[in-house]
Amino acid sequence: MKLRQLAVFLVMGFGVMFMTSDLMAKPIEIQFWHAQTGALEESLKKIVNAFNQSQNKYVVIPVAKGSYSETMNAGIAAFRSHNQPHILQVYEVGTQTMMLSKAIYPVYDLMKDTGHHIDWKGYLQPVLSYYEAANGELQSMPFNSSTPIMYYNKDMFKKAGLNDPPKTWEDLGKVAARLVASGGAEYGMTSAWQTWVMIENYSAIQNIPIATEANGFDGLDARLTINNPMLIHHFERLKQWMNDKRFVYEEREYKGPQAAFISGKCAILMDSIGAIGALKHNAKFDWGAAPLPVEASNKEPQNSIIGGASLWVLKGHPKEDYQGVADFLAFLATEDMQILWHKETGYLPITLKAYEKLKSSGYYQKYPAQEVGILQLTRKAPTVNSRGIRLGSFPQIRDVMNEEIEMLWQGKKTARQALDDAVSRGDELLRQFEKRSE
Amino acid sequence: MLKRSSFSNRLLPYLLILPQLLIILIFFYWPAAQALFQSFMLSDPFGVRSQFVWLYNFRHLFEDPLYWKSIGITFIFSFLTTMLSLSAGLLTAALANRVLKAKSAIRTFLIWPYAVAPAISGVLWMFIFHPTFGIISRLPTQWLGITWNPILNGNDALFLVIIASAWKQISYNFVFFIAGLQSIPRSLIEAAAIDGAGPFRRFWTISFPLLSPTLFFLMVMNVVYAFFETFGIIHTVTQGGPGGATMTMIYKVYRDGFVGLDLGSSAAQSVVLMIVIVALTLFQFKYIEKKVQYAG
Repeated sequence: MKLRQLAVFLVMGFGVMFMTSDLMAKPIEIQFWHAQTGALEESLKKIVNAFNQSQNKYVVIPVAKGSYSETMNAGIAAFRSHNQPHILQVYEVGTQTMMLSKAIYPVYDLMKDTGHHIDWKGYLQPVLSYYEAANGELQSMPFNSSTPIMYYNKDMFKKAGLNDPPKTWEDLGKVAARLVASGGAEYGMTSAWQTWVMIENYSAIQNIPIATEANGFDGLDARLTINNPMLIHHFERLKQWMNDKRFVYEEREYKGPQAAFISGKCAILMDSIGAIGALKHNAKFDWGAAPLPVEASNKEPQNSIIGGASLWVLKGHPKEDYQGVADFLAFLATEDMQILWHKETGYLPITLKAYEKLKSSGYYQKYPAQEVGILQLTRKAPTVNSRGIRLGSFPQIRDVMNEEIEMLWQGKKTARQALDDAVSRGDELLRQFEKRSE
Repeated sequence: MLKRSSFSNRLLPYLLILPQLLIILIFFYWPAAQALFQSFMLSDPFGVRSQFVWLYNFRHLFEDPLYWKSIGITFIFSFLTTMLSLSAGLLTAALANRVLKAKSAIRTFLIWPYAVAPAISGVLWMFIFHPTFGIISRLPTQWLGITWNPILNGNDALFLVIIASAWKQISYNFVFFIAGLQSIPRSLIEAAAIDGAGPFRRFWTISFPLLSPTLFFLMVMNVVYAFFETFGIIHTVTQGGPGGATMTMIYKVYRDGFVGLDLGSSAAQSVVLMIVIVALTLFQFKYIEKKVQYAG
């Protein structure tokens, strides 16, 4: 009897499967591989669901593939076996590799071919410029973009008799000294993502290049220029601050630095705008956000640069699929979706319209910290030095920079030696990349 | 002498080993051949452009002082991890073997850590020793006057990953050692005791030599473990840092291949790693095995 029931169930089950698969076969499926987890994945799903419900021709299927490098590797492996998704989320350091891959359908062309007239001027330019080719055509759709800002512990500032956050590095030095002397904080400041904040963003804000060939935008033969006098001085200063507790090094990424700020070990933290959520949840004190400090001589500081990831469209699917891909990307950029994404995740809204709408609704009066990054990013039009970085093997170059800076923090090398060595090792990686891309 | 089994059907033995053979072919020989092939190529990650470059990847690798440094770190790391986990495993096994009460409960407790995945072991030790949020990280600094900072100091970081790796392997060694100790005939030990040998002497002159097959087997297994399976610990604790101080060969294969997308170099490194581990195991069998006494 049991066997018979089982057989009936199986037959029914298959029947239902065939029927539903027949019904489901109508909308075109669009595979979207991403690296968002936790709360970010939930927000992403909201957007995807909203798109799927807004029409019935296409169904976007989001698939989480792990970390950024895992997702990129999954996409590459899939492309090699001709199984690639339509949309692949890739972190900003993978931009050059994607651009040279010959596996992509540039977003600018995609939108034009599918009849979407997009006013690219209405986007936040420093966000777009990171993903544009040398001719100004957008290659991938910006998705989650962030930028680093400075957080400070207002309670500790008050204890040290300070009010405003420092605007220049020199002020920061004095402020940090007072914070430590007042006994409120054990250390003055720390930074998450040191290469991104202290090298890439510092250089952009000071409007100096980190590599030749316009930061790599103009050719694969770029060489690093981070051993310039300005950066050497900057790192010498940080090392000096380290000696008298004005600066403390926690780790390359963000967990240690955030923990140091939240636990009150450290009064100032430089970190991505993505840290706002964690601070809201965990910081048991009054804190504020301010732009990153600039050099006192720099009267007109440049925009900072972004981090995060963008969406790449991969080649090799039927033409009708790409209409759906383009519709989805356009839907992503609509004001409502951008506002939802910004409010839920803290990442930048990518269009000016979304930003204006948020501003007029009074959102930033309520959450002033959320606006600091946007203002810092849009305070000036990007220059060749501040529009982004286009280097091959960039994840490895960041590793090299981190390793060499750690040598400086350990006292094994001087700032000049460390940066010189980072340049020669980084250039070696760039030459390897150039050779592989021939 | 090994026993020879006889099968009535001459095909049957081949049929029986076929599944295992297939698994090894698909999951070992095929990827190994792929790695060998890839190590002679220079290609972009998407496989659109690739060129045959003979031994360029290997030449480039051995000209890189950092690769030599990574080899050095791997040997130091593997040697210390193996020594530490073997001696701690042997010590606990020798002690647990003498315990009279609650024998099985104590053994179970000692075996438990083996069920912990390497990555989790790494995270656990990180939570204990992280300079900012570690529970007892302030202990060495404040009570012993040692500056302890595995985030910044390479030696501290290496020490931390060695401890985490060895700790996890102690249980494994414990199981084999205790099994080895129990197979030693009691009469031998009792005879020695009657002759007036103390516990230490009994251990060193009777138990230890009789344990040598176990010790040899565990040495091979531990070296292989330290070379390959400690990846998870390094990945969660140090990511090869600070300043490359914990960049073992296996972790460098991952960094260069999966993060750096330099497939040629990564493949060449795996080939080198394969050669090193085969050479090391052959060496162990040729020279150390001679000292092993297979009694019984």
